[in-house]
Amino acid sequence: MDNDILLQVHDLHAGIDGKEILKGIDLTVRKGEVHAIMGPNGSGKSTLSGVLAGDPRFTVTGGTATLGGVDLLSLSPEDRSHEGLFLSFQYPVEIPGVSMVNFMRAAVNAKRKYLNEKPLTASEFLKLMRQKRQLVDLDNKLASRSVNEGFSGGEKKRNEIFQMAMLEPRLSILDETDSGLDIDALRIVAGGVNKLRTADNATIVITHYQRLLDYIKPDVVHILYKGRIVYTGGPELALELEERGYDWIKEQVDNQ
Amino acid sequence: MTQSVKQYIDLWHHDGAVIDSHAPQVMNRHRQGAAAVLERAGLPRRGDEGYTEVDLQRMFAPDMGINIERIPFRADVAAAFRCQVPNISTLLGITANDIYAPSDSLLRLLPEGVTVCTFSQAAKTMPGILDRYYNALAAEGDDGAAALNTLLAQDGILVHVAAGVHCDKPIQLVNILGGVNAPMLALRRMLVVVEQGAKCRILSCDHAEGDLHNTVNAVTEIYLGRDARLEFYDLEESSPATRRCATVRVSQAAHSSLALNVTTLRCGVTRNNITVDLNGEHAETSLSGIAIADGTQIADNATAVNHHAGDCHSNQTFKYVVDGQGHGSFEGLIRVDEGAVRTDAYQSNRNILAGKDARMHTQPQLEIYCDDVKCSHGSATGQIDERQLFYMQSRGIPRAEARTMLMQAFMADVIDAISLEPLRDRLRHLVDQRLTGQTLSCGDCAKPSIS
Repeated sequence: MDNDILLQVHDLHAGIDGKEILKGIDLTVRKGEVHAIMGPNGSGKSTLSGVLAGDPRFTVTGGTATLGGVDLLSLSPEDRSHEGLFLSFQYPVEIPGVSMVNFMRAAVNAKRKYLNEKPLTASEFLKLMRQKRQLVDLDNKLASRSVNEGFSGGEKKRNEIFQMAMLEPRLSILDETDSGLDIDALRIVAGGVNKLRTADNATIVITHYQRLLDYIKPDVVHILYKGRIVYTGGPELALELEERGYDWIKEQVDNQ
Repeated sequence: MTQSVKQYIDLWHHDGAVIDSHAPQVMNRHRQGAAAVLERAGLPRRGDEGYTEVDLQRMFAPDMGINIERIPFRADVAAAFRCQVPNISTLLGITANDIYAPSDSLLRLLPEGVTVCTFSQAAKTMPGILDRYYNALAAEGDDGAAALNTLLAQDGILVHVAAGVHCDKPIQLVNILGGVNAPMLALRRMLVVVEQGAKCRILSCDHAEGDLHNTVNAVTEIYLGRDARLEFYDLEESSPATRRCATVRVSQAAHSSLALNVTTLRCGVTRNNITVDLNGEHAETSLSGIAIADGTQIADNATAVNHHAGDCHSNQTFKYVVDGQGHGSFEGLIRVDEGAVRTDAYQSNRNILAGKDARMHTQPQLEIYCDDVKCSHGSATGQIDERQLFYMQSRGIPRAEARTMLMQAFMADVIDAISLEPLRDRLRHLVDQRLTGQTLSCGDCAKPSIS
C-alpha cells in the first residue's frame, strides 16, 4: 500500500433520483498534492464533491472511496469530517439564529471528542478563532453573526476557508470557490488556501475556469465530462482549456 | 346542557351560599350572569369553530375537586419555593392551585403606588377598581370557559399600578398546580390595571406537580390606560398530565403599549385564548409565543387582535416545534374596524414538524373593514431544513446536535425579542434543556408539595 495516498476513488457510480450522474470515477490524490477537476457545466463536478462529503441527496450505486484507508462511503457526513474531509460549498447555506461562534465551537469540539481529546476551553477556542480569522481576513463582526446570514458572496467563500482553517482537514475539496468572487476576494481566498497547505494534506479544486488556478497552482488537472474523468494532465492542461474551451474535449469523447 | 357543564351549574345551585361566603361581593354579583352564559353557550367541543385540537368539554368533564371551602395551603410553601426563572430578584407571589400568598419580600418591597393583593383584600382597600373592571372584559361574548371561571372563582389577584408609577422590579407570580388524592380544578383569576402613564412587568410561571390530571381554568383581564406600558410573560412548564385553559383579555387605551409573550415549554393539553382590543389610537401591541409539544401534548393558541381605533400597530409572532405525536394549533385573527385608519398589523406563524406523526393546524385570519390599512400575515410549516443539517454535519456537528441547534435557532428571534434579559437567558437555557430531552427543572427550585 502506498502510504502517501490520501484519497482513493475507484469506479465510483452515483446519481440523484434514479438518474446516474457519476459513471465510474477513478481518482487518486496523494499527500501534498493539489488536484484541479475541471469540466463543462453538468459534467458531475459538484455531484462528485457532494458524494464524497456524504450529501444525502445523492445515492451511491457502485464503487469505493477511501480517505487514508478508511471507507468514506460507510461514514456519516460528520464522521467523514472528523476523518479529515472538508468540503467548501459552492453555495454556503445560511443558518439564521446559529451564531458562527456556537457553530464553530460545536464543530471543533465534536471533532475533538471523536479523537478522544478534551473540549477546548472558552478562551482557548476564542484564541483559535482569532488566529484563523486573520488568515482569511474575516471581519470579527462576521464571526459574531449568524452563520452566513447576510454575508456577501465573497464573505461566504472567505467564511468557508476560515472554517477549513479551524478544522485543519487532511483533504479539502473546494467546490467552485471562485464563482461569484471578484479578483480581490479571489486573491484572499486563494492566499488562505495556500497558507493552509502542508506536506501532509491535499486539496481538490473544482472549477469551471482556469482563473482560480493562477492563484492555487495544481499539480494535476483532470477533466470531468459526462460523469467520467476523460483527461488527466499537468497544469498546462488548464491553460489549454482556457484557450480552446471544452468543445475539443467534448468532440473527442462524443466521437469515441 | 351537557353533563360537563351541568355539574358546575349544579354545584353552584347546591353550594352557592358556601361559594359566596368565601368571596368578595363583587365576584358574587357576576355569578348569575355567568351561569346564564355557560348554560346558553356551553363549552366548545373539538371540531367547533376555532377548536381544531382541543376539546374543552372533555377537559372539564371529569369530576374534579374544587376547593370551595378555601382551605389554605401550608404557609411554608411560599417560603420553600425557589423558582430560578428568571433568576433575578422579583416581587414574588405564589399561587397554589387558586389560593394566593405573597412572599414577605413582595410585601416589603412593593413600591408606592403598586398593589399586588387578593380580590378579598382589594374589596376593602380599593373597591372602586374591582367594581369598575372585574369581569367587564371577560363577560364579553358568549365565552363558556371564561363564564365557568366567573361562576365559581372565589378570589383572584389584583395587580394595580397607579397613574405615572413605574414599577421597575418585575412582579413574578409562580403558580403551582397540584392535587393530593384526586385531580383538582383550579379557578385562577387575575386583574391587571396599569393606569395612565404607568409601567410594569409581570412574569407568570405555571408549574405542576404529581401525575394527576389537574386542570386550571385561568382568566386574566388586563387594562392599560393612556400611555401605559406592560410587559406580560406567561410561561408554562407544567406536566404531561396537566390540562390548562387560559383566557387573556386586554383593553388598551391610546398610546399604550403591550408586549405579551406566551411560552409553552411543557404541557399536557393547553388552550390559550388571547384577545386584545385596541381602543385608543396609537396603541401598540406585540404578541409572541413559542410552543414545544411532543409526546402526546397539545399546545393550542388562539389570538384575536381587534383594531377599533386608528393608527395602532400590532404584531403577532408565534413559533412551534412539534415532535412525537404532539399537536400544535394556532388560530390568529386580525380584525380592523371601519374607521380604524392607518392600522399597521402583522401576523406570522412558523412551525417545525420534527417528527412524522407530529401535527400542526394553523389558521391565520384577516377581517378588514377599512381601506387605509397595512395588514399582512404569513404562515409556514415545514421540516427541519435538510440543507442546513447537511452543512452542519459536513463540519462535523453530529446530526442530533445539529437538529437541536436548528430548532433553537428557529425560536431564537422570539426569545431574543424578550426585553427582560434574565428571562431571555433563562428561556434559552430551558429551551435547550427541553430540546435535548433533559428533565425540565427551572434551576434549583425545590418544589414543595401542596397539602
